[in-house]
Amino acid sequence: MLLIYCPYCEQDLPELEFAYAGEAHIARPADPAALSDEEWRDFLFIRSNPKGVHFERWRHLNGCARFFNAARETVGDKFLATYKAGEPRPDADALLASPTGDAK
Amino acid sequence: MTSYRLPNRGRVDHRKSVRFTFDGKSYQGLAGDTLASALLANGVHLMGRSFKYHRPRGVVSAGSDEPNALMGTRRGPGRFEPNTRATIQELRAGLEATSQNRWPSLAFDMGAINDNMGSLFSAGFYYKTFMWPRSFWDRVYEPIIRNAAGLGVSPTESDADTYASRFHHTDVLVVGAGPAGLAAALAAGRAGASVMLVDENAEPGGTLLSEPSVVIDGKPAWDWLAQALAELAGLPNVTVMTRTTAIGYYHQNLVGLAQRLTDHLDTAPSDAPRERMWKVRAREVVLAQGALEKPLVFDGNDRPGVMLAGAAQTYLNRFGVKVGDRPAIVTAHDSAWHAAFDLADAGAKPVAIVDVRPAVDTALTDRARALGIEVLLGRTVTGTSGRLRVKSLRVNRMEGGKPGAPRDIGCDAVLMCGGWTPCLHLFSHTQSKLAWDEALQVYLPGKKTEAVQIAGAGRGLWGIASTLEDGATAGATAARDAGHDATAQTHTVTADRTGSGVTCKELPTDKDPGKAKAFIDFQNDVTAKDIRLAVREGMRSIEHVKRYTTNGMATDQGKMSNVNGLMIASDALGKAPPQVGLTTFRPPYSPTTFGTFAGYHKDATFEVTRRTPIDGWAEANGAAFEPVALWRRAWYFPKPGEDMHAAVSRECRAARASVGIFDASTLGKIEVTGRDAVTFMERMYTNPWAKLGVGRCRYGLLLGEDGFIRDDGVIGRLSADRFHVTTTTGGAARVLNMMEDYLQTEWPDLKVWLTSTTEQWATIALQGPNARKLLEPFVEGIDISAEAFPHMAVAECTVAGFPARLFRISFTGELGFEVNVPARHGLALWEKLMAAGQQYDICPYGTETMHVLRAEKGYIIVGQDTDGTLTPDDAGLTWAIGKAKRDFVGKRSLARPDMVAKGRKQLVGLLTDDPKVVLQEGAQIVADPSQPKPMTMLGHVTSSYWSDALGRSIAMAVVVDGRDRDGQTLHVPMPDRTITAKVVKSTVFYDPENTRISA
Repeated sequence: MLLIYCPYCEQDLPELEFAYAGEAHIARPADPAALSDEEWRDFLFIRSNPKGVHFERWRHLNGCARFFNAARETVGDKFLATYKAGEPRPDADALLASPTGDAK
Repeated sequence: MTSYRLPNRGRVDHRKSVRFTFDGKSYQGLAGDTLASALLANGVHLMGRSFKYHRPRGVVSAGSDEPNALMGTRRGPGRFEPNTRATIQELRAGLEATSQNRWPSLAFDMGAINDNMGSLFSAGFYYKTFMWPRSFWDRVYEPIIRNAAGLGVSPTESDADTYASRFHHTDVLVVGAGPAGLAAALAAGRAGASVMLVDENAEPGGTLLSEPSVVIDGKPAWDWLAQALAELAGLPNVTVMTRTTAIGYYHQNLVGLAQRLTDHLDTAPSDAPRERMWKVRAREVVLAQGALEKPLVFDGNDRPGVMLAGAAQTYLNRFGVKVGDRPAIVTAHDSAWHAAFDLADAGAKPVAIVDVRPAVDTALTDRARALGIEVLLGRTVTGTSGRLRVKSLRVNRMEGGKPGAPRDIGCDAVLMCGGWTPCLHLFSHTQSKLAWDEALQVYLPGKKTEAVQIAGAGRGLWGIASTLEDGATAGATAARDAGHDATAQTHTVTADRTGSGVTCKELPTDKDPGKAKAFIDFQNDVTAKDIRLAVREGMRSIEHVKRYTTNGMATDQGKMSNVNGLMIASDALGKAPPQVGLTTFRPPYSPTTFGTFAGYHKDATFEVTRRTPIDGWAEANGAAFEPVALWRRAWYFPKPGEDMHAAVSRECRAARASVGIFDASTLGKIEVTGRDAVTFMERMYTNPWAKLGVGRCRYGLLLGEDGFIRDDGVIGRLSADRFHVTTTTGGAARVLNMMEDYLQTEWPDLKVWLTSTTEQWATIALQGPNARKLLEPFVEGIDISAEAFPHMAVAECTVAGFPARLFRISFTGELGFEVNVPARHGLALWEKLMAAGQQYDICPYGTETMHVLRAEKGYIIVGQDTDGTLTPDDAGLTWAIGKAKRDFVGKRSLARPDMVAKGRKQLVGLLTDDPKVVLQEGAQIVADPSQPKPMTMLGHVTSSYWSDALGRSIAMAVVVDGRDRDGQTLHVPMPDRTITAKVVKSTVFYDPENTRISA
């Protein structure tokens, strides 16, 4: 069971309090009607599924109930960082180079 | 007592005898024994039969790595456990143990015929032997194999015990209370760190319990141990737990511990849990699990009486049991020499020490000769004899790399040692890397992924002095890393037993190696030649070799067999061991009961049961219940003598004829408020909301972004900025989650607040022609006449003196109201309405009647008539889409090519040709029942009921291009017959003009 740092509660809390919510930084298009069928298909279904740093959404469901973003290294299953929804995506290489790999 | 117990030896209580039975025969052991040591004290070596060949087997080890001595243990009804390791189970008065894998008896087992058919059961035999003829697999081979295979017997009664679980946080968790673990706990405990020290055995001490002659800090080992434990007990920041196995090491230093609480007690207290699962989060972990002794691999190394030398030393020193009078020792490591010396000191007569090494320390050979033990160096062992107990050992001198002439040495036990494997199972759970040490020929800890120290024999260290020092260093380091000012203490050790050894593949033989039964994995009956066969047949990866031969796949997880298997596989492959690699260790470290994992989550506390405020009334009035999501809902209210069919028909008639009352409190409710509430609703739901007037309701349809129906419900507008949203009972949490997701992450600019109010409101539905007449006298503040309060109206008012939200809505097709009052008033309102309703023969109805009434009207249930692949058009709900809306969740997907193509399944009505036949929900539908199998399925029945109002059965179904098939006859094949039915385009079977609803 992982410990996850909630960027709103500012605490490391057990995974039991959280719910996974899919890949991050996939914004709903402002005007879906303007998208081609292929573009809309990609928005709906195509995900990166990387071996390495994955940017993903979590919800502190049994806590503050806020959605936030996280960078998780999928091989070792370790959180490299969590950040509030709307904040920019951190640099994956810089996160991997960080000696602590701390979830803060 | 028998001759195998030595008075004044061991840590058992010689004054306290304990009676137990093994295979129905009564024996006597001592307090402090394990089941295995007590049997050995009685001269019993034969403790089981092997899994595949049913070979007679004796105990091999003295610990949790035991592969052979697995037994059924019993303590009264519901308290039977198969595969209990006799080496771990402590003796208790009245313990009933039975041997396994044998018929009719342990000494004479019919299954042993497999042993003579060994060629049939070679590696991969499952994949090869039973291939032909194909039809024999299901009827002949599999039943026979299933009957013969399997380890032990499953319990037949439900477990009568209770189990507990607990979370714990600590600075330092030390796993293993041998010398390294004790020194680590002392170092960290003295520094003030919070420390938890756990050990799987009944008492702490580890190797020290088997090495009483070592002197530490000027004291005999056991005195030093007592003093160390007393000091730890006096430190309030230190917790020591025995009988506690660290079963798994998970992310961020979470370690699972399985603590056995009552299995060792003569009588288990009725209020005590049998076992407890600990989930310990430690800042730092110290793994001091020691090393596991390896068997040597030679023909007949599995005969009863052949065991690990270290185990014999433990039985002698810890339990005061001599495993034999004339043991022969076969070894590749110095440690077994000391076992022989201890046995000789205790009065046994070791006949020979056979060492595969051509030269060993002369201090050892001199001492052996002085004790009158024959010393045979540079030898190989090529066989043993004896049926139920070993009688002799076949030894050959190695000459020019080849075995020379054999010689038989008579003995009553063979003590073997193939060296020691650092126990790194838990370390491996963390995905940490192991590194092959060429000098020691073992895997040692490599790159770490967690805040962990490995101490002692786990790092390949040998001898008490070096493990104590290493443990103290590890403990101090861990405490410092956890923020305490710690220094490692020092210990002085004399009379230490250091030593070294070599790592072997199977021992060379002068016999046909194809006939040798040289076991690697005792529990799964895997021999050296199985490994070589697997390699010859093309297995290259050690993971493939493992699965093909089943080496290391038994309940002992390869504790004894992995490295021997690796050495032989790497030899057969002509590669160095690190190039072949090691199989993955996975939790749990040793077999763990399901009860420990389940903990409190069983019976009534398996999951929560949600109950409405009216649930107690329903129970008192004889309701049958059904689970709906986590709720339990009143299903129907049978009167005496009524079955479900009769009760539901009566309830349906009452609602259509006069008035029915229904507890709808489980409906999901979400309050959507705020300046932008209407904008939010426009974006979420398919329907238009902007022009919905205050005081009006609308059926709302919610799609996923993929265009498929997710949920539905009636939504009332209470004011310009406030909506009372209802959802399906099971969908409430999902809908709120979805709404929050869009609100927080896609439209954070919207000023909207979402509140779950499901449990704040009790909801009572009154349905039927007399619903208004019953309700009207209770309502204050509004006029609920047909003109003033029409169908789909909503208002806040007072009902029976309670503040209420009153909806005029119907899920039955009748004139209907749903009254929402604060949950605390729900029962009182229900009882008032029931009392006043007597004049109208009011009838409480349950979910089954609700389903029938709604199906008669063709109203869908999301999740029953839809399945996550239906669009609004598929379900016939195009009318619920706001045509003028530019966007809503899922709209773009409705225009995707697949969504508008022909051939989609559509929801239609289905009427059986025989009106008495009620179709089965889920039944498949075909066009031509005489087509060859597998048939082309057109769809399936989603809802099907007997309709009392129509005097016939009705059904809904999803059918390919269903609406184009209006009037077509389709077929529903069932196991015993085929039912014919006609498609009707409309799903509305009752009152299609909707005259009753607007009464």
